[in-house]
Amino acid sequence: MAMKLVRALALASLGLAIGVPVSAQNKEPVTIGAIEILTGPNNKYGLAIKNGFDLALAEVNESGGVLGGRPLVIAYEDSAGSKEQAINAARQLIGAKKVPLLLGPTLSNEMFAAGPVANQRKIPIVGTSTTANGITAIGPYVFRTSLPEADVVPVTLRTAKEKFGISKVAVMYGNDDAFTKSAYDVMKAALDKLGIEILATETFGSKDTDFSPQLTKIKSLNPDAIVVSALVEAGSGILLGKKALGFPASVRVIGGNGLNAPKVAEIAGEAADGTLVGSPWFIDKADPANQKFVAAYKAKYGTNPDQFAAQAFDTLHIVAKAIDAAGETDPEKIRDALGGQRYQGVMGPFAFTPDRDPADTSGVVVLEMRNGGFQILK
Amino acid sequence: MLAQQLVNGIISGAIYALFALGFTLMFGVLRVINLTYGLYFSAGALIALLAVQRLSWPLYAAIPAAILASGTLALFLDHMLLAPLRRARAPELASLMVTLGATLVLYSLLASPLALGTEIRRFPPGVIGGAAIEFLSVRISLTQILILATTLAAVLALTGLMQNTRLGLAVRAIAENAAVAQLMGIDQARHLHFVSFLSGALAATAGILIGLNFNAIQPYMGETMMLKGFAVIILGGLGNIRGALIAGLFLGVLETLTAGYIASSLKDATGFVLLVLTLWWRPTGLFGRATEGRA
Repeated sequence: MAMKLVRALALASLGLAIGVPVSAQNKEPVTIGAIEILTGPNNKYGLAIKNGFDLALAEVNESGGVLGGRPLVIAYEDSAGSKEQAINAARQLIGAKKVPLLLGPTLSNEMFAAGPVANQRKIPIVGTSTTANGITAIGPYVFRTSLPEADVVPVTLRTAKEKFGISKVAVMYGNDDAFTKSAYDVMKAALDKLGIEILATETFGSKDTDFSPQLTKIKSLNPDAIVVSALVEAGSGILLGKKALGFPASVRVIGGNGLNAPKVAEIAGEAADGTLVGSPWFIDKADPANQKFVAAYKAKYGTNPDQFAAQAFDTLHIVAKAIDAAGETDPEKIRDALGGQRYQGVMGPFAFTPDRDPADTSGVVVLEMRNGGFQILK
Repeated sequence: MLAQQLVNGIISGAIYALFALGFTLMFGVLRVINLTYGLYFSAGALIALLAVQRLSWPLYAAIPAAILASGTLALFLDHMLLAPLRRARAPELASLMVTLGATLVLYSLLASPLALGTEIRRFPPGVIGGAAIEFLSVRISLTQILILATTLAAVLALTGLMQNTRLGLAVRAIAENAAVAQLMGIDQARHLHFVSFLSGALAATAGILIGLNFNAIQPYMGETMMLKGFAVIILGGLGNIRGALIAGLFLGVLETLTAGYIASSLKDATGFVLLVLTLWWRPTGLFGRATEGRA
């Protein structure tokens, strides 16, 4: 009897002795890095992204973490919007924290600085908000999940063509700004591809306030719509000028990402009504995944999510799946697994192209300005 | 289309002319290039906007208040920056440098996040009626008619003041020869203060009207306007009031026609081409003579 008890105790302790280290190894957290603007003037982008990551991170860890039960952890570093600080953050996360993957940075400019560092050390880096041309050309370890303008604009124009029978347009763009100029190039290519006739191409300066000569000329050509590549200020001025010259209400302004801002309605008021823009995500998208995300975000942070939070939310889920698929925390294996991920998220269906850009534009929503706010075009 | 483009051009030209009136006055009488002039244009629009937005003043109270405040600002800055230089008989370059520095400082102050920031502001919707008159397919809004009327009234009033009053005579005497005017018992400092105030008030009027018309008000709006102002006063002759009106309208129409019929990318170039051509062929301005006609 006593002997039996001793044997049972010995077995149990043996079991403990063997079991404890094994399970401890399984539960060791997997730490990945994130570089975002957490302080300084542009920190609203970085903080929205961090919120999106953290919300998805909680979901991942509630459903068992990654690699068979290991919790996923994000080590954040602040770039403060500076390229130098983004580089330092990448070096520190890779060198000291030994992260197998990096998220961020927030701005395209920072990615052009920090991306090469990660690429050189062969650590995959995934931008969630970097839309400039040439991001993924940095190298084979650089990914992005945000749709570049070149993917969004054609969807907007195609929708406008199908919905409103637009066949001839006038184009206006700011010719002294790299962003509006490159969006114009995208618009021109998309219009040519869709077979929409360009009646006139007019330019303006980003500080101009008087657009009446250009608009008077455009009005005399009777276009179906005006395609505008402008930042908020000039774009709003064009909308006000268009109203002042008494354009027919059917002539809409179709904008690029520069006009996808609530500020347009603030400046141009009811002159902005009818403006069409494309957006990779919109808060009122009706699908259940998006509704659930919006509700969870509001519950956790008390504010509405924006596009940056939505992109970050999806990205973290994609990254967690890739780590699972890799089977271990080896950067090389995670990189290979990332390329093959398919994901149905709040942004819509997601996959990477062979060049590590987002492949699917079916999640793009076309928005229409109505009564001072954007709504999904019905 | 031509008729509408001409209307567009005349309206933008009237704003250039109104802006240039004060500039040419300042230049003609004080004989210095005062680069702070564009600031009064911004200040006028911003003060009127803040009075309407923050204090809920009606437009008819906000506009005179903004004009008075900007005029006073111009007087104050002239007193602080340029009066000491005049007393010291500093060369013209000194006043150019001083006002350049002051302009940079004041614009940054105005645009700093603590003050107003660089974002574009607008008058609340409903403050200005969007009403427009349509006549044979030409549209002209009530704000635009107001701009035209104000410019013409300002030119007439200023010409009348300069030609028919003792004050105008004194100012013209100072412009002609400051030392002799002083010997004749004209209080130079007082008259120069008056000219500074008047110039600032004119710039502010132009700023308010352009703010009402395009509904885009931001601290640096005066900086862009200064470039046009230079073209207009050189074209019209320094210190020449009638010249400023004609040159302003001419520049506005020419810019509009260039954008409408040639290429919109050349619009801003027209002013500078005119400026260079004028300096080349008639350095005293199209309407100016070498020594006469100042102020």
